[in-house]
Amino acid sequence: MAVVFERPKALCDVPLHYCPGCTHGIVHRLVAEVIDEMGIEGDTIGICPVGCSVMAYNYFNCDMIEAPHGRAPAVATGVKRTNPDKFVFTYQGDGDLAAIGTAETVHAATRGENIVVIFINNTIYGMTGGQMAPTTIPGQVTQTTPYGRDPELAGYPVRVCEMLSTLTGTALAQRVAVDSVPHIRETKAAIKKAFENQRDKKGFSIVEVLSTCPTNWGMTPLKALERLREEMIPYYPLGVYKDSTAGGKD
Amino acid sequence: MKGNEALAEAAMRAGCKCFFGYPITPQTELAAYMAKRMQKNGGVFLQAESEIAAINMVLGAASTGVRAMTSSSSPGISLKSEGISYLAGSDLPCVIINVERGGPGLGGIQPSQADYWQATKGLGHGDFHLLVYAPASVQEMVDMVVKAFDKADEYRMPALILADGLLGQMMEPVAFPEIKAEMPDKSSWATNGHKNKREHHIINSLYLTPDELEKTVLDRYERYAVIKENETDAETYLTEDADIVVCAFGATARVVKSAVNDARDQGIKVGMFRPKTLWPYPNKEIKKACENASKVLSVEMNMGQMVDDIKLALNCEKPVEFFGRTGGVIPTPAEVLAKIKAMGGNN
Repeated sequence: MAVVFERPKALCDVPLHYCPGCTHGIVHRLVAEVIDEMGIEGDTIGICPVGCSVMAYNYFNCDMIEAPHGRAPAVATGVKRTNPDKFVFTYQGDGDLAAIGTAETVHAATRGENIVVIFINNTIYGMTGGQMAPTTIPGQVTQTTPYGRDPELAGYPVRVCEMLSTLTGTALAQRVAVDSVPHIRETKAAIKKAFENQRDKKGFSIVEVLSTCPTNWGMTPLKALERLREEMIPYYPLGVYKDSTAGGKD
Repeated sequence: MKGNEALAEAAMRAGCKCFFGYPITPQTELAAYMAKRMQKNGGVFLQAESEIAAINMVLGAASTGVRAMTSSSSPGISLKSEGISYLAGSDLPCVIINVERGGPGLGGIQPSQADYWQATKGLGHGDFHLLVYAPASVQEMVDMVVKAFDKADEYRMPALILADGLLGQMMEPVAFPEIKAEMPDKSSWATNGHKNKREHHIINSLYLTPDELEKTVLDRYERYAVIKENETDAETYLTEDADIVVCAFGATARVVKSAVNDARDQGIKVGMFRPKTLWPYPNKEIKKACENASKVLSVEMNMGQMVDDIKLALNCEKPVEFFGRTGGVIPTPAEVLAKIKAMGGNN
């Protein structure tokens, strides 16, 4: 019988620990497919964050490093600067990338570090049980915003792609989502472009993936996808915020 | 050559391929020297956005098997402690230099040894040790940097050079070793791309199963036991017949040596013991040095942080007194001599 759909080579043959309906699995798969298609697994080093994807080192078949919370872009910088011919990517959640690791993220982009950052934005801290993230939307109920996020008290969310698109060192800043098949295909194309940018030494590429957290949102997986579409995309519009390879303004 | 620059030159000769740092007084010349020379030597110099980022860049570079280094001064080392704990927990070799200044807090920018406890007991969370070297001259800084890289690689752990602003700013003649040509083989664990020729490597300090985590710590402590046995180093000076042994490390030992010479001139039987490794502490060596002494004195540029280690090494069998200045004040030979005399040092 012909196999028409199989596990990408760059993913290990192990069960993932993610909750049912979590979209991490989709994004892991897309990253792995891109690594396979480009034939770069043997030359790739991945950096995991602290957060739900902390154990991604068990899931990707390339060499992997587990970084302290928020520090993945600094660790990636150390790897890439000493191994400029290798592919280096970080895989980070919103708390890791846009709260505790904001400085590392902004400055890796500022320097134009030639790395790929996969940024999972699900508007919540998943691993620790559902606290407010820097991307939590006003009004959103979390464990630490039990009455809904009130900007008067808890400030406003950060829009990462918009912020990073102002930096000269950023080559690509694109926001995508994994709520539907067309969007998943777009996500894969963005991830591939980011890795191609690194191959072509274009600089810092970030792909922000709007994702779900059914467990901590208290929703079914389907309802969670609906929330992504109805609440997240209007607040975090999809699109290319910067693409220095497109010939547009820098 | 200036101490800080000598540290940088020695590191490059030891095969250090990358330096990640953040400006802080009084170690700035080190980074400036690296900026001037590292790239020309085919290495990487990068000024990071913070001490935290710098130590994590070291973590990334060290993961791929290259010799990596960072340097800072006291407040900056505190910021690096998170990364140092991760480096230790991931069994990664690297060299960290602390050109100490006064503390706590922002403290001051004058020489100090007030990070002894931090260096030897608490440079980050968790059960772990660093190799800690305490040079007392510019030449020794050079020799110890080279040794620190070798030993860090040998035992797969971070090594720290605990210097101070006095040594960093001091100028002395110095002889450098040849450039190290051969590097240790790290291919059994380095994450530098598997080239489809081996299983993937993982650099990690996370173990969610207590038994598994305990095992990694116990394995590390087995290595520490070997280090305690083999890697202690110390200098003794006129201790054979000494009634009082004065203990001092780093630049303070130079002041103490002058005081000891002055005391000897006055017929007082006094000697000096200088630990060159602060972890592991040279317990056997100090025991031997104090064999014939009735009293021990510790002189430090802090409030007496080494005293407990001396007492433990001597099983509290001899009284250990303390004299020190802190906050950036350097003790004078006359002050130390006065203390020796006050302790009843006589012939």
